[in-house]
Amino acid sequence: MSGTPHRTDSTRGSGRWRLVAVAGVLGLLAFVLVARAVEIQVVERAFLEGQGHARHVRVNTVPAHRGMITDRFGEPLAISSPVDSVWADPSALLPAVDRLDELARPLGLDPAKLRRRLEAEAQRGREFVYIRRHIPPALGEQVMDLRIPGVSLRREYQRFYPTGEVSGHVLGFTDIDDRGQTGLERAYDSWLSGQSGAKRVMRDRLGRVIEDIEQLREPEPGKDLALSLDRRLQYIAYRSLKSTVQRFQARSGSIVVLDARSGEVLAMASQPGFNPNDRSQLRGPLYRNRAVTDVVEPGSTMKPFAVAAALETGKFEPGTPINADPGWMMVGGNTVQDVHNYGAIDVATVLQKSSNVGVTKIALSLERGRIWRMVDAAGFGRSTASGYPGEAGGHLAPVPPDSHFERATLAFGYGLSATPLQIAHAYTAFANDGRMPMISFLRGGSQEPAKRVMSEKTADSVLHMLEGVVTPEGTAERADISGYRVAGKTGTSKQAVAGGYSDDDYLALFAGIVPASDPRFVCVVVVREPKGDSYYGGTVSAPVFREVMSQALRLYNIPPDEDGGLGPLMIAGGRGHD
Amino acid sequence: MNDDVVGPARDRSFVQRYLHLDMPLLVLLALVAAGGLVVLYSAFNGDFEAWERQCWRLGVAFFVMLVLAQVPPSLLRRWTPLLYLAGVASLLAVMLFGTSAGGARRWIDLGVMMVQPSEFMKLALPMMVAWVLAREDVPPRVPVILVVVAVIGVPVGLIAVQPDLGTALLVAAAGVFALFLGGLSWRYIAGGAVLAGAAAPLLWFFGMRDYQRQRVLTFLDPERDPLGAGYHIIQSKIAIGSGGVYGKGWMAGTQSHLEFLPERHTDFIFAVLSEEFGFFGVCVLLVLYMAVVGRGLWIAGHAQDRYSRLLAGSISLTFFVYFFTNIGMVSGLLPVVGLPLPLVSFGGTSMVTLMAGFGILMSIQTHRRLWSS
Repeated sequence: MSGTPHRTDSTRGSGRWRLVAVAGVLGLLAFVLVARAVEIQVVERAFLEGQGHARHVRVNTVPAHRGMITDRFGEPLAISSPVDSVWADPSALLPAVDRLDELARPLGLDPAKLRRRLEAEAQRGREFVYIRRHIPPALGEQVMDLRIPGVSLRREYQRFYPTGEVSGHVLGFTDIDDRGQTGLERAYDSWLSGQSGAKRVMRDRLGRVIEDIEQLREPEPGKDLALSLDRRLQYIAYRSLKSTVQRFQARSGSIVVLDARSGEVLAMASQPGFNPNDRSQLRGPLYRNRAVTDVVEPGSTMKPFAVAAALETGKFEPGTPINADPGWMMVGGNTVQDVHNYGAIDVATVLQKSSNVGVTKIALSLERGRIWRMVDAAGFGRSTASGYPGEAGGHLAPVPPDSHFERATLAFGYGLSATPLQIAHAYTAFANDGRMPMISFLRGGSQEPAKRVMSEKTADSVLHMLEGVVTPEGTAERADISGYRVAGKTGTSKQAVAGGYSDDDYLALFAGIVPASDPRFVCVVVVREPKGDSYYGGTVSAPVFREVMSQALRLYNIPPDEDGGLGPLMIAGGRGHD
Repeated sequence: MNDDVVGPARDRSFVQRYLHLDMPLLVLLALVAAGGLVVLYSAFNGDFEAWERQCWRLGVAFFVMLVLAQVPPSLLRRWTPLLYLAGVASLLAVMLFGTSAGGARRWIDLGVMMVQPSEFMKLALPMMVAWVLAREDVPPRVPVILVVVAVIGVPVGLIAVQPDLGTALLVAAAGVFALFLGGLSWRYIAGGAVLAGAAAPLLWFFGMRDYQRQRVLTFLDPERDPLGAGYHIIQSKIAIGSGGVYGKGWMAGTQSHLEFLPERHTDFIFAVLSEEFGFFGVCVLLVLYMAVVGRGLWIAGHAQDRYSRLLAGSISLTFFVYFFTNIGMVSGLLPVVGLPLPLVSFGGTSMVTLMAGFGILMSIQTHRRLWSS
């Protein structure tokens, strides 16, 4: 009906045939697609799936929380708080280089510098570059909201020291990766740091973690560490030392307070100080814990050990007469001199007046090596084994000296060196009936038994003689604490400088023990190079001792042991007096 | 009285008679489109707004189909030369005043809307070829063939220089299919194949732009530039392979959801489907596609005049080329050519053209005169 029937018929037939041929070809081609799908989805599946995982599955480390450091009463001294660090994959970030401004601004970075750094790292083939570390989590969130390709966050922990400068030296600090770098942070790093965990995560193309797939290893948080330090006492010691160092414009200073019985370090401070929370202050001269790393010549604070050695022979007693007249003497071509001519005195007075002549006469009358052995036994010449990183051992001649002059100088504390901690440690022998407990920075002290270095009788006798030093007649009247019996010894030594001793740079030392009737604290104060006319241990360091120890006695509720003088006060305090 | 409906109408349903819709084709297209929306939703990963926009586009496309289904083939045939010439003219206009985007000049800005004449040519060209051949004897003689070659060559050339290789390929295919179905003798077919083989090197050296050559090289060995041009293919193969037999499940494809897969809502959506629905999903899609082509060829086979038959056949085969090229490209069988997966990929223009083509198919089917035997 339409067109010419003839033509329609013939073309219909031919066209149909062609359509069948076409259908056949199409079927074949469709089969090719199916075969391809089988190839990819069945045959190559495992390989391709692995490739896919390689693109989006990563193993991330989960940082472990670093343990807290507390003082002996559980007060926090170092705590870790979560922070975020921004990092980037340069190869993903650099294509979006126009967004660097946006990224740099909230982080306080210079976009141009950042770009140069990223390009340099990209050339090295780095896939992980920190952009900015340790920012508050809120800022981190803000940065992630920018959705800049290749930029990610990493959870980290930052150390915070609530006491700041007060206990900065003892604690030390951690680096930006929260590993202990100095001080106790370093000494107990493995205890504190725990074990970081690992988890398998899914990341998108921009490197953002989308989903945690599985926890491979739980992070093991670090353990808390209770120190022997008393935060209150630490503060008092720090404050007192600092004000003294400032007042005397001294170059540096240290103070160590030990528990006389257990050897625990109750307080330890040094000046100049530093605030571990402020990384710009992390310079060697500032963060050095001088109380354990710097050695000084102990000077006259050594005399009690010479006297102890003499008492141990049985040939000397506190009342044994010593002739210090005329206030000087020649030893092996050198002059040994006293400040005054003390005349004919006894052993106790030699200590009380700190007579060089007296102690030299005692030393030379003893057999060779007696004093050296006592000094050696008291721990000089080797570190206290407290475990504090970088602790110095000081210097002591490896064998007993031969010459008379060297035997004499050893007796009054020249020719050897020690750290303030070592001196304090040695003094525990007098405080502890002749035994020295091990030094410990941890609460509870060391498990090792105290080591006997002299007889109980000698120790008590020296201790009693040292009480005579802290009297108006002695050299350390200013160490006196009313109501308490104080034993101590001053030391004022010339600073050793290259080629000899300096004439005007002094070291003012005081080592003391309270209360003398039943010692609880040993305290050593060292002030280096105090300026002005007053540079004696008795005038510079002894007052620090008094200030710190009087507070310690009060804090620990230690009853006064001095007879008389404080009766009314005791009644006011509501206690009986016996 | 409707001139087209003659004789008993017992095998014609209401939709076929009054809406001129072919039920089997409509159902198949609706299934593909619905499935496509499901996959697209996942590819958008929660961007509901964009997904909704695609729903509206689909609605518009189906409406265009409905409209074209109402146009009787005879009317279409009468207007064919005019439509074709308008198409060529607008392609020229594109070349002269077109709007550039992404290094290619494909659009004309009409002020109210942007039109892409090359899309229009996808239908106008096979119509014109069918129009020419329907007037001639079978098999077409050489002068006729030359005319047809010119009819095909001019618009294809104009599209290729835009440049838009994918569309040029489809338009050319549509014309060639019409020519083939128009009874081109096998001798000429063989000759054409030889000619095409000989032209390939010429095309390589003179006809292709650098980025097009790059694509071919990358196709031959994706690993030679894994971060650049080869990235697309490697990523899409990984996504397809990760799907395995049963797939990872809807919305659970990692490669696509983690944004490793580029162009995942447009040209590479097949990879999303493969990852989430596996080999199983691929087969379902292919079966639906093949059924659409099959129904189209059936309609062509039952068309009552040469013009309708050639046009219907061409439209159906072009649809096949469409999805075959896309799937072949995404699965690494063919070089990367910018073609969307029909009815599934995000995008409006090409879908409207596609549905207009199906509208013509339905018109051809439903405007058949029944033989009252």
